[in-house]
Amino acid sequence: MEKALHIENLSKSFASVPAVKDLSFDIEQGEIFGLLGPNGAGKSTTINMVSGISRIDAGRISAFGFDNRSQYQQTRRMLGVVHQEIVIDNFFTIDLALKLHAGYYGVEDDPKWRQELIERLDLGPHLGKVMLTLSGGMKRRFMIAKALIHRPRLLILDEPTAGVDVELRHNLWEFVREINRNGTTILLTTHYLEEAEQMCDRIAIMNHGELVALEPTRDLVRRLSRRSLKLWLDKPLESIPAELDSYHPRLEGHGRQLILCLPTDSGVSELLHQLSALHLGINDFETDQSGLEDVFLQLTRAGDA
Amino acid sequence: MSSFNGQGVFKPWLPFTTLLRKEVLRFWRVASQTLLTPIITASLYLFVFGATLGERINVLEGFNYAQFVIPGLILMGVINNAFANCSSSLFMSRYLGGIVDLLVTPVSPPQFILAYTLAAMLRGLLVGLVTWLISTLFAELPWQSPLLAILMAILASFLFAQFGLIAAIYAKNFDTLSMYGNFLILPLIYLGGVFYPISILAAPWSNLSYLNPLFYLIDGFRHAILGVGDTSFGVAFGVSSLLAAVLFGWAAWLIGSGKSLRS
Repeated sequence: MEKALHIENLSKSFASVPAVKDLSFDIEQGEIFGLLGPNGAGKSTTINMVSGISRIDAGRISAFGFDNRSQYQQTRRMLGVVHQEIVIDNFFTIDLALKLHAGYYGVEDDPKWRQELIERLDLGPHLGKVMLTLSGGMKRRFMIAKALIHRPRLLILDEPTAGVDVELRHNLWEFVREINRNGTTILLTTHYLEEAEQMCDRIAIMNHGELVALEPTRDLVRRLSRRSLKLWLDKPLESIPAELDSYHPRLEGHGRQLILCLPTDSGVSELLHQLSALHLGINDFETDQSGLEDVFLQLTRAGDA
Repeated sequence: MSSFNGQGVFKPWLPFTTLLRKEVLRFWRVASQTLLTPIITASLYLFVFGATLGERINVLEGFNYAQFVIPGLILMGVINNAFANCSSSLFMSRYLGGIVDLLVTPVSPPQFILAYTLAAMLRGLLVGLVTWLISTLFAELPWQSPLLAILMAILASFLFAQFGLIAAIYAKNFDTLSMYGNFLILPLIYLGGVFYPISILAAPWSNLSYLNPLFYLIDGFRHAILGVGDTSFGVAFGVSSLLAAVLFGWAAWLIGSGKSLRS
């Protein structure tokens, strides 16, 4: 099966400053793929090259087997793009703008499909308005409807929930999951790492224009996250037993709280045996696992060091 | 929810016709600015030169001044509005960011140029047509070669649509965009023989006027209507066509390369 998106040795500079450096990755059909990174990491530049807004300096991009330069018309028909910046055109009501937009992609307006998008994105009461009069959330919804009006096979969402309230974010992600279940591949960037963790099948992390991680979300979090065990002791501990050194232990709460880092690649049976043998007198315990946010910071800070 | 895998049949000309429709609707929806204002301006010129001052001026043997000036005023409307349509529409899209909505679609560079050009030509020719209709209240034109006159009007609208595209791409802000109109087109129009035949100028001004590309458009159009002009119709048409071809090539290169459109 053709890749939904194939990026190979992609590079781009602005005024000799590299923005994307030799980037390569694939997106499989049907997946939700997250592209993360701090500001200036090269995410939007990459997306702009995929969608055709930016020219490619080196490398190649194909979508569903079509080269995005030599077969740009076929490629662009496959893509729907929700831009990071809100695009405003005040000449037309949003209803007319939606009717026109399908035509740019060479497909006739499908009133049934348009109505479905209008209803699903709650745009009905606003159809007669121009974009400037819409709230920020409504503008985002309209941009999503516009990106989907020609039924793209790959939907690109560049920070779609930036500045959007919690309820709308929740609704939008629910909608994205639904269209993904219906066969549309999703490429998204977001600053809300918790959302990326919940939404994405795989995650790529970029920093300084380079790929620093690309794994299934669960593997990435598991491999790089730090699990810890916090023990509440019945008596203060004056010194940490040497048997626990491999767990990078530390004491808090005047010696009554012992914190141990748990291994990510093995079980905890051995640790439990050791704790039992040490007769520490444990009143309570708590486990904690760092999420994608910590992984993200680890990777991007490592790159900055 | 319907399946997302059912993209409709691709119609290769639909991106072009859609963009053309959008561009025509764009000026039509603000017709008070894009059509009515230039028509009122042209009507005022017609009143001043047709009903008042015109009776006291005689610049061309065998024709009253209104008959002389009307072809120039018609073409001035065509030129200004073809230029304004392309330049303002494309520049506003760039300025407000709406252009990215178009850049991500399968609209090809030739379709892009053609749609913007045809919409601009339509607006320019509509203003020219209405100016002529109003002018019939003041003077009757002999229409020696109506088809050649229409050809020159079409050529003028095409040429200035291309110039509008070029200006919109090079303009950095609204100030520089308006400079093209105020400091380039306006002086060239006024010095190009709209209000007087260049033959009445003394040297070196009459010779310098032959370097003004707008002179050939205006003189060719007037020649086709009145049957006389400062130069032959063939020269006027040839020079104007050559200039139109150069500007079209320039605009096509700019749009094709994505200058100021794609980063």
